Amino acid sequence: MAPFLEVKNLTQKYSAGTPFEHTALDDVSFTLDRGEFIGVIGHTGSGKSTLMQHLNGLLKPDSGSVLLDGTDIWQDKKTTRQTRFRVGLVFQYPEYQLFEETVYKDIAFGPKNMGLDAAEIDRRVREATAAVGLDDALLTVSPFDLSGGQKRRVAIAGVLAMEPELLILDEPTAGLDPAGREEILSYIDGYRKAKHATIMMVSHSMGDVARMADRLIVMNRARIAFDAAPEQVFRHADELIKMGLDIPVLTRVFMKLKELGLPVEPVYTEKQAVAALCALRGGSADA
Amino acid sequence: MLKDVTLGQYFPGKSVIHRLDPRTKLLVLIGYIVALFLAVSWASYGVVFVFLAGSIAISGIPVKSFFKGMKPLIFILVFTGILNLFFTQGETVLVHFWKITITLEGVIRAFFMIFRILLLITGTFLLTYTTSPIALTDGLESLLSPLKKIKLPVHELSMMMCIALRFIPTLIEETDKIMSAQKARGADFESGKLMQRVRALVPILVPLFISAFRRADELATAMECRCYQGGDGRTKMKLLHMRSWDYYSFLAGAVVIAAVCVLRSFGL
Repeated sequence: MAPFLEVKNLTQKYSAGTPFEHTALDDVSFTLDRGEFIGVIGHTGSGKSTLMQHLNGLLKPDSGSVLLDGTDIWQDKKTTRQTRFRVGLVFQYPEYQLFEETVYKDIAFGPKNMGLDAAEIDRRVREATAAVGLDDALLTVSPFDLSGGQKRRVAIAGVLAMEPELLILDEPTAGLDPAGREEILSYIDGYRKAKHATIMMVSHSMGDVARMADRLIVMNRARIAFDAAPEQVFRHADELIKMGLDIPVLTRVFMKLKELGLPVEPVYTEKQAVAALCALRGGSADA
Repeated sequence: MLKDVTLGQYFPGKSVIHRLDPRTKLLVLIGYIVALFLAVSWASYGVVFVFLAGSIAISGIPVKSFFKGMKPLIFILVFTGILNLFFTQGETVLVHFWKITITLEGVIRAFFMIFRILLLITGTFLLTYTTSPIALTDGLESLLSPLKKIKLPVHELSMMMCIALRFIPTLIEETDKIMSAQKARGADFESGKLMQRVRALVPILVPLFISAFRRADELATAMECRCYQGGDGRTKMKLLHMRSWDYYSFLAGAVVIAAVCVLRSFGL
């Protein structure tokens, strides 16, 4: 069976044929399975955003292809449009795209474009509203009267209401306070579990991706530098730092501990850290 | 797609033309346009053309980019050409067909009109290609400053122009972003009847207006925080200076106008 989503030798150049030409994606290939949670990291200009827009057909590849369930998304116009509904894309600062008179209408914009009937739209709007922890009472309010965090949630709900099989988010927690970040992340994970959806999250917060994702794709200079489980990726800490990327604080602490001569291996989540420290204490108590 | 708009874009460079005082460039451009409209013959058009070609060569801007900027204007050029071609009375009839008569005078006139518009546009392009918008508004403000005497808010006008120019690329980028975001939610801008297409613009225009107002508000606050209160007593970081090259440019401009006038007086 064909993989859920396959990217084959994707290449994209901007301003081709002029002195401003630059390659945004250079021969990028990977596959995604259903239900995966993928974190995408890479510093500004590494091609992350371009890659995201290719996955739901907003950009057309110069060469290479994107296959969804084995079908090229550029096969014909209908397939491309259908792809936009199956692959949901939440841009950075999505609250700036709100435009309707009421929250309800704004969330219903996507499902309406899909051509669903009123009852189905209503079900989806209410489900999406609940999925991002918004109160039903807010549905009749103008989105411009909401707080920043609430606007962000409305915007995310607008994409969730389309019930995409693959949900791509560009820095969904940027500019939010720690409590807000946690909430947004938990709603994303909740959606993944409820719909068995695939999640792809671009983030600069290494802590977040390390904790949430079961696979990391590291972009560097228009290419994929690493594509592996977080613990394997963070083992290449030196290379990541060279690419201008951060590594989780915990990993850095444990690397330092190792450097100081303690028998620990770098970790990247709190759970692993606690386990490692307990083992260390247990070990030294024995000695 | 929207990013491809090149009309009036600044190409940074270090040529003599780039470094001229913006006031010089504005004044010489005005002189150049006057000369262009005084020109009536091959010889005088030739003088103006040589002046322009020389300036372009010195500026080092690739000729290709002028043609690129010309694209949106092709319609006007063709339209002017056709009007002059068909509606010029003359003696030497070249083609007579049904009610249409094309005369030799018409052909010459159409050619001159198109040539004149081309020279006009290329000249103004050279100004905007070699002068940053900030320098341009600075120059304009300085040239218009005598009008302050009659209570014209010159500084405010030029500041408004400067801000407007500064935000064009930002707004284009923003439009692109919002369009992508709405397309990702299934918005369709490319098909449907006229009314549907107009309605499809609402999801772009509303967020665009809101962000424009937000930006304006933020900019106003930022300016107030730095104690901006209009032009009175305000000094410049970059003072405009006339250097020897500026005087040579004036001289060259004057020579062109004089040459065209002399040629005209000889009936050429």
